[in-house]
Amino acid sequence: MDTSVAVRDLKISYGALDVIKDLQLEIARGEFLVLLGPSGCGKSTLLNAIAGLIDVADGEVWISGRNVTWEEPKDRGIGMVFQSYALYPQMSVEKNLSFSLRVARHDRADIERRVARAAEILQIEPLLKRKPAHLSGGQRQRVAIGRALVRDVDVFLFDEPLSNLDAKLRVDLRVEIKRLHQRLENTMIYVTHDQIEALTLADRIAVMKGGVIQQLDDPLTIYNRPKNRFVAEFIGSPSMNFFEGSILEKDGRRVFDADGMKVPLPCDLAPKVEPGRAVSLGVRPEHIRIGEMGTNSDEAALRGTIDIEEPMGPDTLVWIRTGERTLAARCPADARYPPGQTVPFVFDMRFASIFDAKSGERL
Amino acid sequence: MTHTAAETPRGPKPQRMTAGRIGLYAFLLVSAVFFLLPFYVMLVTSLKTMPEIQHGSIFALPSKATIEPWIVAWSKACTGANCDGIRVGLLNSFEILVPSVILSIGLGAINGYALSFWRPKAGNIVLTTLLLGAFIPYQVFIYPLVRMLSFVSLYNTLPGIVIVHTIFGLPIMTLLFRNYYEAMPADLFRAGRVDGGGFWTIFFRLILPMSGPILVVALILQVTGIWNDFLFGLIFAGRQHLPMTVQLNNVVNTTMGTKAYNVNMAATILTALVPLVVYFVSGRWFVRGIAAGAVKG
Amino acid sequence: MKPRRLRNVAAQTALIPSWLIVIFAYIGTIAWTIRISFTSSGIFPHYDWVGLKQYDRLFDSHRWVVSVQNLAIFGVIFIVGCLVLGFLLAVFLDQKIRGEGILRTLFLYPYAMSFIVTGLVWQWILNPTLGIEQAMHAWGWSSFSFDWLARGDRAIYLVAFAGIWQSAGLVMAILLAGLRGIDEDLWKAARVDGIPAWRIYLSVVIPMLSGMFVTALVLLGIAVVKVYDLVVAMTGGGPGISTEVPAKFVIDYLFNRQNVALATAAASVMFVAVFVVVGPWLYSQYLRRRPGEAS
Repeated sequence: MDTSVAVRDLKISYGALDVIKDLQLEIARGEFLVLLGPSGCGKSTLLNAIAGLIDVADGEVWISGRNVTWEEPKDRGIGMVFQSYALYPQMSVEKNLSFSLRVARHDRADIERRVARAAEILQIEPLLKRKPAHLSGGQRQRVAIGRALVRDVDVFLFDEPLSNLDAKLRVDLRVEIKRLHQRLENTMIYVTHDQIEALTLADRIAVMKGGVIQQLDDPLTIYNRPKNRFVAEFIGSPSMNFFEGSILEKDGRRVFDADGMKVPLPCDLAPKVEPGRAVSLGVRPEHIRIGEMGTNSDEAALRGTIDIEEPMGPDTLVWIRTGERTLAARCPADARYPPGQTVPFVFDMRFASIFDAKSGERL
Repeated sequence: MTHTAAETPRGPKPQRMTAGRIGLYAFLLVSAVFFLLPFYVMLVTSLKTMPEIQHGSIFALPSKATIEPWIVAWSKACTGANCDGIRVGLLNSFEILVPSVILSIGLGAINGYALSFWRPKAGNIVLTTLLLGAFIPYQVFIYPLVRMLSFVSLYNTLPGIVIVHTIFGLPIMTLLFRNYYEAMPADLFRAGRVDGGGFWTIFFRLILPMSGPILVVALILQVTGIWNDFLFGLIFAGRQHLPMTVQLNNVVNTTMGTKAYNVNMAATILTALVPLVVYFVSGRWFVRGIAAGAVKG
Repeated sequence: MKPRRLRNVAAQTALIPSWLIVIFAYIGTIAWTIRISFTSSGIFPHYDWVGLKQYDRLFDSHRWVVSVQNLAIFGVIFIVGCLVLGFLLAVFLDQKIRGEGILRTLFLYPYAMSFIVTGLVWQWILNPTLGIEQAMHAWGWSSFSFDWLARGDRAIYLVAFAGIWQSAGLVMAILLAGLRGIDEDLWKAARVDGIPAWRIYLSVVIPMLSGMFVTALVLLGIAVVKVYDLVVAMTGGGPGISTEVPAKFVIDYLFNRQNVALATAAASVMFVAVFVVVGPWLYSQYLRRRPGEAS
């Protein structure tokens, strides 16, 4: 792998508290890596450490083949975009873009060329003479990206860049960031707590919790084969349905059993779990189908009562009560699901995940 | 930048005390000395005997500390023919302070409440005039005020000085409360109206209980402001009610014969004591008062 | 809903004291003062009309001219000194230093004390014989001489100096609040962009704090025009009339020299000067921004 950014044995402490401990991360040249996690998981801290904005307690940071652990942020070959844009309020857009170049004493022609290029890429040419106060949130964030762009850096760092924008702008700008990445082919590291942003943008996602990377994989793997319960719960909306139970041996097949709800395990899963083990079964809403069992042997047939029906447009979310539990199923929008009706439903066990009840690790 | 294998950067960047950092601390230290020095000089002077003052350095510690100057300042120092010490002024200042603070804050709160929530007709005229009044030098108002107060026999009386303090505390107090109430959600007031509250009910039951922070700020501003006043006390209080600041100045600047610097400094500290206690006790609130009272006259 | 007029009766009633104060104590007194300035009143006012005669006398008066000059000298030194020292203190305190809380408290405490106290302390420290001079002699610097407080051409600078000691903390407190309001990301962005801190202060922070600077400027400006107690306590206007200021001129002529007409003329000049400067600023600050309240 052609490594662009590497973090080795990283430890970061605030006083006696270690927020990140012994963290390893390698990012390939041109890769779009998203650091995803709930607030306080250490994702911004990690980004700031890569940028050199906070001191590390131990470990090394390498960027483009150089050990930059002790170097100032400006010498690391990075550009950074912040949630609050951090534009210089008294300067016009043009001045904002060129400020760092002027300080570094680039010649005038070079500054103009770079500013023009950034403005062209981000389509902010008409805004160059305006002050930040007269820009919309989306325009401000473009300028903030432009400020990183003019510096011609290898690595772009984004710290929740879209969190201050409203929903529609967020989608627009998300697409543009992806387009920007395709055009520039720079390495990009992007911090967010929004799973949709992570899934849509990333080449790879690092899901973080408690200062530890829980899983580092491409978006589809993260979604379909979460490494532990935390990742499984954090990704996907509505959340994966979980059932606590244990494994039984029945008629020569291994079966998941939770309070009488019995689900046969598919052939590829079955050998991994020995009978008697306490596990939790996770099934995503789109892998629950209302209806009788078909010919597919990897399906498990169950019954429940419809609780609530939530039409979402492209599909309908149906909340089904079975025993003590309520579970969500994503169903086709062309049918109706009257509350109170008792219906049969099946799990598509090919996509189910089984986690060890104690450790939460995927089996 | 290249590093040899022996000094591969790893872990925290070695901390160096840079020249800039040293300069920064040096500047702050010198400033701290500059700001502290006068208080230090006041204190040591007040503990020295006069011969020591006449022959020693003002910065030197007293060779043998004495509290005699404090006793003299408190109970024997003379202003003109009276030799009752600065304690008389202390009592006068409190007599002026308490009603003035209560009246000006009360009126300011009601004003601010009426102007921000009720928006009465021509309320803006009141506000604008008060605002302007906060900036205009007192010298413009003083003489006619003296005549008016004489006309109602309040010149040189305690009620007279209290009225003057209330008048000139009104702009800042009104503005303080108005700005605070403007920032309160109007829906709260509307809810009170819908629930049938009238002007005074809403004020006393709803608004006032939510005004804690701004009342503290107002209290700090007015206590220090009125205590530190010199001009109004000099002109309006009358001989019987001269506040401490005026008495202090009389003690220090009009004594005949040799000046008793140690007594003067003891009296000065005594006069500064109340606002200093307010300052050190209130801490950050004092700063909030400065920010809120940014239009203070 | 009740008609607006009825609803507002209670509010209008509550404002009656303020209306009285506004009409009598503010507008009435200003008009009265200006009226007297056009008379020949001595100890007691009488209401003849002598036109601008008092103003002619005023500007012919050496003492008034000195007062105005002193005000200018005091004003420039005091304001520039407070702004520069206050800004430096605020910036340095904002550098994540140790003991910030204690230092901040130290820099501001003089502002809690009155100008009378300030004047008396510095009068003592700067005492031409027993003050700094004698201290330096005691430390062996026997040729040291510092008698500015007794020198007519220098004393006003010391008054301004004492003023700076009292008020610099105010500027520091205002600007520090402003500095704390600056987005942390801005500093990070500057570090990533490689822009040195001093450059950020110059090109970004000072323009951002311009509103705070104006606030500080206005507060200090008001203190300058009103300066009275500091002079009374520190120099009594002396030596001679070398540290007289307009505010003291008015009070002295009102109550000690009993020339009410001349005093009110001086007060009127002060009023007009302040009004001309503050009026437009107030308008732009408070009234223009809230057009919704204009009715």
